Amino acid sequence: MKIHEYQGKQVLRSFGVTTPEGFPAFTVEEAVEAARKLGGSVWVVKAQIHAGGRGKGGGVKVAKSEAEVRTFAQQMLGMTLVTHQTGPEGRIVKRLLIEQGIDIARELYVGVVLDRESRADVFMVSTEGGMEIEKVAEETPEKICKVVVDPGVGLRSYQLRAMTKALGLTGDQAKSGSAFLIALYKAYKATDSSLAEINPLVVTGSGQVIALDAKMNFDDNASYRHADLMELRDFDEEEAAEIKASEFGLNYIKLSGNVGCMVNGAGLAMATMDIIKLAGGEPANFLDVGGGASAKSVKAGFEIILSDSNVKAVWINIFGGIVRCDRVAQGVIDALSELKVTVPVVVRLAGTNAELAATMLRESPLKFIVADNFEDGAYKVVQAVAAA
Amino acid sequence: MSILINKQSRVVVQGFTGSEGTFHAEQMIAYGTKVIGGVTPGKGGTTHLNLPVFDSVAEAVEKEGANVSIIFVPPPFAAEAIMEAADVGVALAICITEGIPTRDMVEVNLFLKSRNTRLIGPNCPGVISPGKAKVGIMPAFIHKEGSIGVISRSGTLTYETVGQLTGVGLGQSTCIGIGGDPIIGSSFIDLLGLFQNDPETEGVVMIGEIGGAAEEKAADFIKEHVTKPVVAFIAGQTAPPGRRMGHAGAIIAGGKGTAAEKFAALRAAGAYIAESPAAIGATMKKALSN
Repeated sequence: MKIHEYQGKQVLRSFGVTTPEGFPAFTVEEAVEAARKLGGSVWVVKAQIHAGGRGKGGGVKVAKSEAEVRTFAQQMLGMTLVTHQTGPEGRIVKRLLIEQGIDIARELYVGVVLDRESRADVFMVSTEGGMEIEKVAEETPEKICKVVVDPGVGLRSYQLRAMTKALGLTGDQAKSGSAFLIALYKAYKATDSSLAEINPLVVTGSGQVIALDAKMNFDDNASYRHADLMELRDFDEEEAAEIKASEFGLNYIKLSGNVGCMVNGAGLAMATMDIIKLAGGEPANFLDVGGGASAKSVKAGFEIILSDSNVKAVWINIFGGIVRCDRVAQGVIDALSELKVTVPVVVRLAGTNAELAATMLRESPLKFIVADNFEDGAYKVVQAVAAA
Repeated sequence: MSILINKQSRVVVQGFTGSEGTFHAEQMIAYGTKVIGGVTPGKGGTTHLNLPVFDSVAEAVEKEGANVSIIFVPPPFAAEAIMEAADVGVALAICITEGIPTRDMVEVNLFLKSRNTRLIGPNCPGVISPGKAKVGIMPAFIHKEGSIGVISRSGTLTYETVGQLTGVGLGQSTCIGIGGDPIIGSSFIDLLGLFQNDPETEGVVMIGEIGGAAEEKAADFIKEHVTKPVVAFIAGQTAPPGRRMGHAGAIIAGGKGTAAEKFAALRAAGAYIAESPAAIGATMKKALSN
């Protein structure tokens, strides 16, 4: 799960990570009120969406008066912000963060991720703050200092010294930097994060090390032990169809093609997308209905796939193991009897009781295109799209 | 022969009396697997499916000589279940549970470093050595005894693969689902090594996914150590970056872990690439005739 920058900063502050002072605002009046509460003469108005690159898209502005805070808030709230991470459709800005202006001396980078290869937390620090770390890693890898935290002993002081040195921090700045890294790691671990990224991490004119931005991703598998964090979920930032899918225990991701597909199992679902492409089509989605494919989940799956108006045909590809194909076939027949499905439906059922299932589909009054095998299903659904 | 499990395996089911544990224990017994009983803390001394229930894995080892454990324990308790099996020296722990927090698996892996237990999974369909033993949740009837090893990060795509192999007349020595999570117990490399040394295995199919670098590492290993033909397929060529495709491990992050990179590494290592997920069986057939 992802959260907004202002929420990330609230979480980090609760663990002692230093951030600028700021308040979220949902309306123009709240934005102006926030600026008043903060005092001072410079504020930053930041659009809150779950995507990076906001500055370039006009989603981060420095205001030098209350009137400017008002103007920027008016401009940003309700605007469609397009960044390299949002896709061309962009996202509508519904929340702002109003922050005190910071006197920036240097911009740095720190990130901590759970690295699957070393099976440990890995810190990455760099003097190249404000840039995309992937780009730094590609172009100037020598500017990134990596520190692997041994899960048995945790983060040690020699590692903190290595990182503050790599960041060019000395004296009191190094102390401030070490304290920052310790607090960041504590927050990251305590929240079951898979990523905590501060870009830029800044050194202020007075030598303080603070988080100017904050990005945190949480491990969905650990959500049962973080009820408080789950409240930070912003449904406006997620596709409505993806939210509905998760309510039915389905895993749906919308893509840009026109061949809808419904599959049991994540690996087979990805392979199904791949074979649609190989057959000359473009998948409209990833949809994993899970190990069991009941009438209820198949019906919900259809509704979700068909909520995408690009879809010109649907392919159901189920490999029945524990779940019997005749039950799946009955589920498909029931779901289609209830729903008005106007696009062609290709069904490929393999595994337990597959032959019985194929007979049921062929004998049903509904029009199915029954596929004999994996490849046949791909060609039949792509043909159906071409004919539509 | 086979790897990991055979007719001598003595299997204890952790999470025995739950609905999943019960259903799959019945299926495993029906297949001929030697299930010696199960563990459900607090229910020790009772019987379930006409087999003894123990309070701890230690008792199952002591009284029945369990040497393989299959784990159906819910996510909040699954990490501990693995540790419990490892702490009493169960040689092989197979964890089916889906949804274990990644941080818990970091701890498990650290714990296993100083133990002699091999872990398969979590979030996997388990292991089957056709005709010998099934310790998992896969549909047994699609398998056939034979000489092809299968290693896969996926569940149903493994069934699809096995279905294709059986369809072209190729039986399997052992099929292993290693799991779709970012941190898993056994990697492609661990198992490729075992198949290379298994005299009965003549070829290996490996089914990878986008995300991570496990397939690239496997490619390096194949180049150096594997002389048997390896057929590879990577799912997720059409997956967009930054989105978790069902499995927590299947995500292209920062431009790394794409299917194209993995295919290239495996091809360069001499593996036979199945261009289509429908051509895995046929590709192995061709590889063996070369």
